[in-house]
Amino acid sequence: MSMNRRDFLKITGISTMLGIGGVSAVQSLRNRVEASQVMPNPEALTAKRWGMVVDMAKFKTDADYQRCIDACNKVHNVPNISNKKEEVKWIWEETFEHAFPGNEDEYLAEKIKELPFLVLCNHCDNPPCVRVCPTKATFKRESDGIVMMDMHRCIGCRFCMAACPFGARSFNFRDPRPFIKKEEDMYPNPEFPTRTKGVVEKCTFCYERLAKGLKPACVEASKGALLFGDLEDPNSEVRKMLDSRYSFRRRPELGTRPSVYYIF
Amino acid sequence: MLEKALFGSRRYWVWIFCLLAAIGVGVLSYIYQFRVGLGITGMSRDVSWGLYIGQFTFLVGVAASGVMVVLPYYLHNYKKFGRLTILGEFLAIAAVVMCMLFIFVDMGQPLRVLNVILHPTPNSVMFFDMLVLSGYLLLNVLVGWTVLGAERKDMPPPKWVKPLIYLSIAWAPSIHTVTAFLYAGLPGRHFWLSAIMAARFLASAFAGGPALLILLALIVRKYTKFDPGKEAIQSLGKIVTYCMFINVFFLGLEFFTAFYSKIPGHMYSFIYLYSGIGEQAKLVPIMWISSILALVAMALLIFPQIRKNEKLLALAAASVFISLWIDKGFGLVVGGFVPNPFERVTEYWPTLPEALITLAVWAVGFLVLTILYKIAVSVKEEVVFDKYGERQVKVE
Repeated sequence: MSMNRRDFLKITGISTMLGIGGVSAVQSLRNRVEASQVMPNPEALTAKRWGMVVDMAKFKTDADYQRCIDACNKVHNVPNISNKKEEVKWIWEETFEHAFPGNEDEYLAEKIKELPFLVLCNHCDNPPCVRVCPTKATFKRESDGIVMMDMHRCIGCRFCMAACPFGARSFNFRDPRPFIKKEEDMYPNPEFPTRTKGVVEKCTFCYERLAKGLKPACVEASKGALLFGDLEDPNSEVRKMLDSRYSFRRRPELGTRPSVYYIF
Repeated sequence: MLEKALFGSRRYWVWIFCLLAAIGVGVLSYIYQFRVGLGITGMSRDVSWGLYIGQFTFLVGVAASGVMVVLPYYLHNYKKFGRLTILGEFLAIAAVVMCMLFIFVDMGQPLRVLNVILHPTPNSVMFFDMLVLSGYLLLNVLVGWTVLGAERKDMPPPKWVKPLIYLSIAWAPSIHTVTAFLYAGLPGRHFWLSAIMAARFLASAFAGGPALLILLALIVRKYTKFDPGKEAIQSLGKIVTYCMFINVFFLGLEFFTAFYSKIPGHMYSFIYLYSGIGEQAKLVPIMWISSILALVAMALLIFPQIRKNEKLLALAAASVFISLWIDKGFGLVVGGFVPNPFERVTEYWPTLPEALITLAVWAVGFLVLTILYKIAVSVKEEVVFDKYGERQVKVE
């Protein structure tokens, strides 16, 4: 068979294009399969949609807040960066007027305005951060509604930070490792990965603990002030609490449907 | 044709060398950023996009504006733009190159850039932005290069470019619409959450881009034997005039909605940008410079007699360009992040390395532009045009 250079280039060009197309078709099929363990732990806690209720009546002293924050920071090796501009925060305090902007009433008592609330990722049912992510590095786990973060896939474009109306996301503006308080030359939790510079991170409802049958670290440390359970199960602890008390969420008008509720 | 960029006057080489020097400084700054992280910029947890993304946004507009010369020439057979179209197309190429570089330098993990293609995500506007920008770059390279190449060989351009030209005309507004959608679909960012955002983007692009093209055409005429045409430049002036007025009108609409409704969230960003919130008012001076330049430009542009004076037209074009560069390349992005979701104000100002990297990306853009223009001008200098800008016969 005779083939001149031009024909050869044509054929190789076309087959390369077909090859790339085929690979990306397979790739997109693979992407539909959710990241999962080979063999789930039978002890794992499961739910259709994990949610949290923050019972503000049980937060009385500074220590009540700090316990929850410290537990999270420790379990997740969250760096302690003093420069406000580069802070990494998973769960932290904001006063009522800042946590619920637009809700402040003119003659609201000063002590309520100044009352600190614990804020964290809301694990929205309709998360804008997931919608905008160009690589699916942040995604909503279909099985239990947790808004997850794949720090190995994140390209650090920070679109999710612009999209999140709750300021729940932090970016590693530099290597976070030197800012993690080490204990005996070890990171506080050797089992949880530390992060690299240039990726976004946030609360993930302790998916790694749920998989082992443990509740989130902040919930465990809160002595009952934070309730955690399945929002779609009418008999769950969180639903019973929501049935009996007045509750509210941050910026419900935006339609993101947060899964973190607050009760007074 | 590339060989034409290898022979130039002393002035040409000095200019190339200056650009290379700026690029060199920028590369060093980028290595610093690459090693340390984006902490070396002025960006923060609250203002998580800054100068880089602002410049990207502005330059997508410049790229899209190429259509303002391509469309009248090819769809309306407006022959006076015949000599200008190649300058418009090549400006678009340089602008898209800068856009891509600005996205790249803004990434926290630049080595993972291919994840956008490896894990295609159609629900992300950024994914579409990548698609339309690469497509637009390809279209302009193909069309510009082919048409110019044909001209050099004294041949009519091949038939297959026509459909590509029509496609690129439709494509141009799409790149800027998609870029506006990066901002206009985010809940909780009131400043950006505006249905008129894409229209505003297009209006400012079609004022700012042709304004730059006027300046470039005047420079080309001054320093080469190629004249893009007095009437063509005047027509560009008209385009800039209309689009600048539409742009300011659109901005006025935003002000009306915010300040007549008096909804706090809608007013805050405007208040921050134009008068500051409390002590925090870093952007106020530049936003007022932008506003004053816009007014100056409009005052110069609205009277045809003034506009006909090319020196004053150049002044007006420069004012439009700087005004929009501040407004869109800086204020628009930063304003959207202030106040933050907690209604706290964190200010942003670029750092020195950030500014040097930005400058270097512009230098890359101008290097691409210079080389492309050098080639285009070298080809065009050998061609004689009639009074309509149509190519006639080759000079011996």
